[in-house]
Amino acid sequence: MTNNKDNRPVTREDFPSGAPVNISRRRFLLASAGATAGALVLGFGLPIGPARAAQGSEQITPGTRVPAFLEIRPDNTIRLQSPFVEGGQGVFTAMAQIVGEELDADPESFVVEVAPAGSDYLLINNKIRITGGSNSVRSSYSTMRKLGASARLMLLQAAAGRLNVPIAQLKTEPGYVINTSSGEKVSYGSLAKDALDLSVPDGNSVELRDPSTFRWIGKPLKRLDILDKSTGKAIYSIDCTVEGMVQAAVQHAPRLGLDVGRILNEADVSAMKGVMSVHRLPGAVAVVAERWWNAKIAAEALQVEWVKRDDKDAKYRYMPDDFSSAAFSDRLANEESKGITAEEEGDVNSALSDAATVVEATYRNQFLHHGQLEPPSTLARFNEDGSLDIWMPNQAPEQFQSTIAKITGLEASQINIHSPMLGGFFGRHFLYPEANPFPQAIQLAKEVGRPVKVIWSREEEFLRDPLRPMAAVRFRGGLDADGMPVAIEAISATEGPTESLTGHNPDSLDPLALEGLTGKTYAIADRRIAQVYVKTPAMLAYWRSVGHSMNDFFYETFLDELADKGSQDPYELRLKLLKDNKRLTHLLKAVGELSGGWKRGPFTAEDGTTRARGVGMASPFGSETAAIAEVSMKNGQVIVHDIWEAIDPGSIVNPAIIEAQVKSAAALGLSQILMEEVIYEKGEPAARNYDLYPILRPDQMPNVHVRVVESGAKMGGVGEPGLPPVLPAVANAVSTLTGQRVREMPLRKLRLES
Amino acid sequence: MKLSINNEVHDVEADGDTPLLWVIRDNLGLTGTKYGCGLAQCGACSVMVDGVVTRSCVTPIDSVEGREITTIEAIENDPVGKRVVEKWVEYQVPQCGYCQSGQVMAATALLRETQNPTEDDVAAAMVNLCRCGTYNAIHAAVKDLAGEKGGA
Repeated sequence: MTNNKDNRPVTREDFPSGAPVNISRRRFLLASAGATAGALVLGFGLPIGPARAAQGSEQITPGTRVPAFLEIRPDNTIRLQSPFVEGGQGVFTAMAQIVGEELDADPESFVVEVAPAGSDYLLINNKIRITGGSNSVRSSYSTMRKLGASARLMLLQAAAGRLNVPIAQLKTEPGYVINTSSGEKVSYGSLAKDALDLSVPDGNSVELRDPSTFRWIGKPLKRLDILDKSTGKAIYSIDCTVEGMVQAAVQHAPRLGLDVGRILNEADVSAMKGVMSVHRLPGAVAVVAERWWNAKIAAEALQVEWVKRDDKDAKYRYMPDDFSSAAFSDRLANEESKGITAEEEGDVNSALSDAATVVEATYRNQFLHHGQLEPPSTLARFNEDGSLDIWMPNQAPEQFQSTIAKITGLEASQINIHSPMLGGFFGRHFLYPEANPFPQAIQLAKEVGRPVKVIWSREEEFLRDPLRPMAAVRFRGGLDADGMPVAIEAISATEGPTESLTGHNPDSLDPLALEGLTGKTYAIADRRIAQVYVKTPAMLAYWRSVGHSMNDFFYETFLDELADKGSQDPYELRLKLLKDNKRLTHLLKAVGELSGGWKRGPFTAEDGTTRARGVGMASPFGSETAAIAEVSMKNGQVIVHDIWEAIDPGSIVNPAIIEAQVKSAAALGLSQILMEEVIYEKGEPAARNYDLYPILRPDQMPNVHVRVVESGAKMGGVGEPGLPPVLPAVANAVSTLTGQRVREMPLRKLRLES
Repeated sequence: MKLSINNEVHDVEADGDTPLLWVIRDNLGLTGTKYGCGLAQCGACSVMVDGVVTRSCVTPIDSVEGREITTIEAIENDPVGKRVVEKWVEYQVPQCGYCQSGQVMAATALLRETQNPTEDDVAAAMVNLCRCGTYNAIHAAVKDLAGEKGGA
């Protein structure tokens, strides 16, 4: 099943709501793409339109209006408007499984795409809509079930009217309503138009399936987008085209806060092949051409005198020309204040003074790029009626729409947000000042009077990519006479991503700055977790697993340091500290069992190498995870052979997708701990491409073995939780193998000896 | 300049030093071949030139004139490519999918050249980057295609 049968962006025009369409062109396109002509496009079922979806927004309870989500076509295919963006995490398939289960329609009959901006889709707490925080399925599970059940009831009502029988005499089987007396079958597709005229039943009063009868929820269904993605047919923002479109490339100022002063060679560049025009943008110059390659060569050739921008109210940060990431890390590590308490139990100071042994250490991490393989792009088209269509990678359509309304003066209803498939995201595609290309595309489309697609080269992307935050954490831990941890204090000098974007409030903390230091469940009686706020000169961002992407590394490696000091085995110590927590005890035992039984090493492997294993745990995004890693050393570099990881997301929708997400998160975590680091010198990033910012290669990928534990607890997240425990598992294994403590990342820059 | 792409000759208006990638994407509108880095670092732009996997982002078009270029759009016309795609689906390889055109190309070129590649052959050929970390699934699919059921 596909949602793009030809090489064009999905536009609303592709899905007529009864309006005439250019059938011959569609047929041609479909036939040329090998699709059955007309299979997907001649639908006159429940039409979805922007007006319908957006009207009377003050009345809308998100996730209740069936026609805003579902179109059932005459051929019984079902078009679902997903509130969440697909970027590899499998959410389209999960949505089809959940809705299909209650609608009684095979998820394979679904065509899923991202819903436009609109109040119907604000499913997170009925207030916001983001694809992030590993929130999609858990936040919408109940709502989407009710939506599917409401739609099924509407179809039953329509069938009762058509067949003139009481509804009680009807049942459904996938895609059909059945008259139980006569055996007559009526397809959903043929009922859809009648069903549209009915009012939507109250989702809270419709009957939901007994979970013990689920056919699709909880099963390892194949993903709906795999064939398209294996044959180059999936359409990403960077692939979108519209008639009359031109393309643009930019050259950004080397540092944020600079603007174009003079362009020294504008005439020469204007005369370069294919160049249509040269433009001045805030903090950048742009070249427009028919072909992007011509635009890129020309944009890079522009010689610009950059001048300081006079912009006191700017939301971005002026990057100082002496900013050094290494010096900033030292500055964080030398912070001495006690910070503001985020989490406190007992009295950590007296517990530390009573402790038999006190361990103190400072841990650090690095800045990171998102490194999603699809460089950012945006296609903007102003229409004759003054409205704007815009295609761009985004994790929050309404937030982008509202920002665009502010910069253009348009009403939100005039701005049609298209959210194509994301070529990776990992937190990259939220709204970040000066780090999304859409303002450039909008300005250029206005200036040239044609639709414009802006693509950032990889180099321009690494120059503007906002970074995963950096921290230095000062730990103090106390051990009793038996070597058991009795007190722990962690003071992190850092800035959280949210406070970096919305402004630091001295009276409150950004919980995302410390998550993973906070929320640990080990039975350590006296503890204090605190933050010293230090503003970062660089722009910061959310990055897969956010605070957990660094804080569980800090905590879980320091816990191993305590274990060593107290002569405790780190796995056994964790079991002791979790003995009153059944869920985590079970999880830790599960990962131990998955790995063939805990063995720390060092030991000699069959191939003669000396290896060791490490363990780490995390409680991210409502789920629980535990990982064990096995490592060896070769020429001073760490080789990771295997990772065993157990995840308990409470309850699940698709175990195969969960397994794939855990493997993916493990790979990204591994990439971080082994090699990734954004280095700034003199206010500029040292690396502008993957040559100097290496990411995990295939030959560096260990075998990742996953066990999904379904404890029945409240549903947790899936996309991010697999990442955090991998880092300490690897670092702890390396410490065991080398006898050297690992207190910072990445391992690549440490001098390790086996 | 005349370029033969997917068994069709196209008259292309572009300078000889234009990277093949951008001619494929912009001049011909074949967007299955992806831009990731522009430096032959990631492999998202992989195509086959006379059956050999080639990073189109650093391949000037004048170097491939008169040669047969295959992009992902025609992959299923190649019997080996068709098998690769089938295994990509069976092993549910892609996540975000952005690198997968290049991965499928690399696997197809490998298997066209060597029917039963060794572990070392696979490691040498399957070097494209995947930020989603689908490497275990790629490896399992390729090992299966190589005649040995891959375990990840």
